[in-house]
Amino acid sequence: MNTVFKWFNDRLPIVNTFERHLSKHPVPKKVNFWYLFGALASVVLVIQIISGIWLMMPYQNTEEGAFSSIEFIMRDVDYGWVIRYMHTTGASMFFAVVYLHMFRGLLYGSYKKPRELVWIFGMTIYLVMMAEGFLGYVLPYGQMSYWGAQVIISLFGAIPYIGESLEVWVRGDYYISGSTVSRFFALHVVALPLMLIALVFMHLVALHEVGAGNPEGIDIEEHLDEDGVPLDSVPFFPYKVLNALVGIGVFMTVFSIIMFFFPEAGGYFIEKANFEEANPLSTPEHIAPVWYYSPYYAMLRAVPDKLGGLIVMAGAIAILFVVPWLDRSKVNSIRYKGIFSKIAISLFAISFLTLGYLGTVPVTELRTLMSVICTAIYFLFFFLMPIYTSLETTKQPPKRL
Amino acid sequence: MSETVVNDNRRKVLIGMTAALGAAGVPFAATPFIAAWNPSAKAKALGAAVKVDISKIEEGQIVQVAWRKQPVFVLRHTKSSISNLSSVETKLADPNSLAIDEPYRDLYPTRSKSNEFSILAGVCTHLGCSPKYHPEVEPKPWDATWTGGFFCPCHGSMFDIVGRVFKGVPAPTNLKVPPHNFQGSILTIGEDKEIS
Repeated sequence: MNTVFKWFNDRLPIVNTFERHLSKHPVPKKVNFWYLFGALASVVLVIQIISGIWLMMPYQNTEEGAFSSIEFIMRDVDYGWVIRYMHTTGASMFFAVVYLHMFRGLLYGSYKKPRELVWIFGMTIYLVMMAEGFLGYVLPYGQMSYWGAQVIISLFGAIPYIGESLEVWVRGDYYISGSTVSRFFALHVVALPLMLIALVFMHLVALHEVGAGNPEGIDIEEHLDEDGVPLDSVPFFPYKVLNALVGIGVFMTVFSIIMFFFPEAGGYFIEKANFEEANPLSTPEHIAPVWYYSPYYAMLRAVPDKLGGLIVMAGAIAILFVVPWLDRSKVNSIRYKGIFSKIAISLFAISFLTLGYLGTVPVTELRTLMSVICTAIYFLFFFLMPIYTSLETTKQPPKRL
Repeated sequence: MSETVVNDNRRKVLIGMTAALGAAGVPFAATPFIAAWNPSAKAKALGAAVKVDISKIEEGQIVQVAWRKQPVFVLRHTKSSISNLSSVETKLADPNSLAIDEPYRDLYPTRSKSNEFSILAGVCTHLGCSPKYHPEVEPKPWDATWTGGFFCPCHGSMFDIVGRVFKGVPAPTNLKVPPHNFQGSILTIGEDKEIS
């Protein structure tokens, strides 16, 4: 070790950290593509932070300036359009990979003991991301920004007694105005990103403490070599890092194709109404959230009661936090769970996707009925989980990976 | 001097008191941060009344004006639509506006200070979208027996032509009636001389 490096290493745990978290950190030697989305999520986080910093520079957080500064970025700033589309595409891709990452958790029981905290930190990240996405969507101050914010802030009004004053407090005005935009800007670019980074750090620290899972759902710590390293593991660096690079390459290709050729994604990533400046006097004919909130929006619409709708919507997210204690199965992975779990998770996935579709289209009586049915399936998946996971007969997982 | 003896009880009391004092400081420290989110003095000062010339509004026509940057509907009813108001009442959740603070109760079926006009805050009581006016009496995708009124495109809440909410929709209460006053052909919204 040369002297300069030694000088630093004596004062900063460089080698130690590199070995502990990278070159000697054991990860399961056999996983499938589902285990890639965590890495992809961290790539998108970096993209969002960098493109976000660059967008902040020309953006104006005022009622008069917000919409026109976005147009300014799109037309007059060199490569401004790339940076903005990078950020909007990044937002949708962030949710896409996080949804897949979460579904991986449900499929292979990634939340089960001893990884409950990893799951809870992850769910908190998801919650903060939803807030972050919402705040960011308000900033361009287009029609969808305005009316989306109107609907979401009005949700606070459903809380008994304090609701209406809470609404005014959140907006900082009696209606959505420049005060709302500028505080949402502060939260979107400083407060919530700080929380996100802190939570991602905790998510990873907790994960490295208990070790990564695998699609067989078996504990690789049970078979160790003479040095105490799991026999079915490989070091994270270089094996998993280089492996992930292939996935990242494919992902970046898809990302770039969307960013350059379909940045609006047919109105799903950037809604058409948002190309029109906010008009407090006219609600667009059809209000729909961006696709990543639409399942919960469909649930909200399915309940013909203001407070009830809010409770169902919040409950749908809250219940995900307690999944580690709802799953009573002896095995982790769906591969060895019984038929009930397989049916349940299939129905759950279908109903979640259907709700996602229903949340983006206008209401009709039939669609409301479908939303009610899918919302019921969504909740039954969780409520009945303690029963079907403990009753069903499971298969015996192998001893080794 | 004898060796120091740690007095555990005294130490606990001191730690407890210090912690309590620190905790008491939290609300004080939080006050400016929470209060800074309230509407500013400037925002509170806005909200002057607006005037509308109602002589140009025809029967069955709706005019939308902005008061405090929020839409307000001024609707001139046809004679037949007023006389049909009671027929829709079986569908309504609160036909007499008992659940809300109704400013002009028992004056006219229009809920306003005029027997011809309805003045309604164009903000859905569910989540704040602006409901659309659909005066036609014809089957609609949202209601096969529609007899005219307001439909909110966001979450499908329905109101009759004087802003009374239907049963079984997400909106909890009738549309609000803002304070207003008629002086000849001038309608003032946001000000009510007789009340204030």
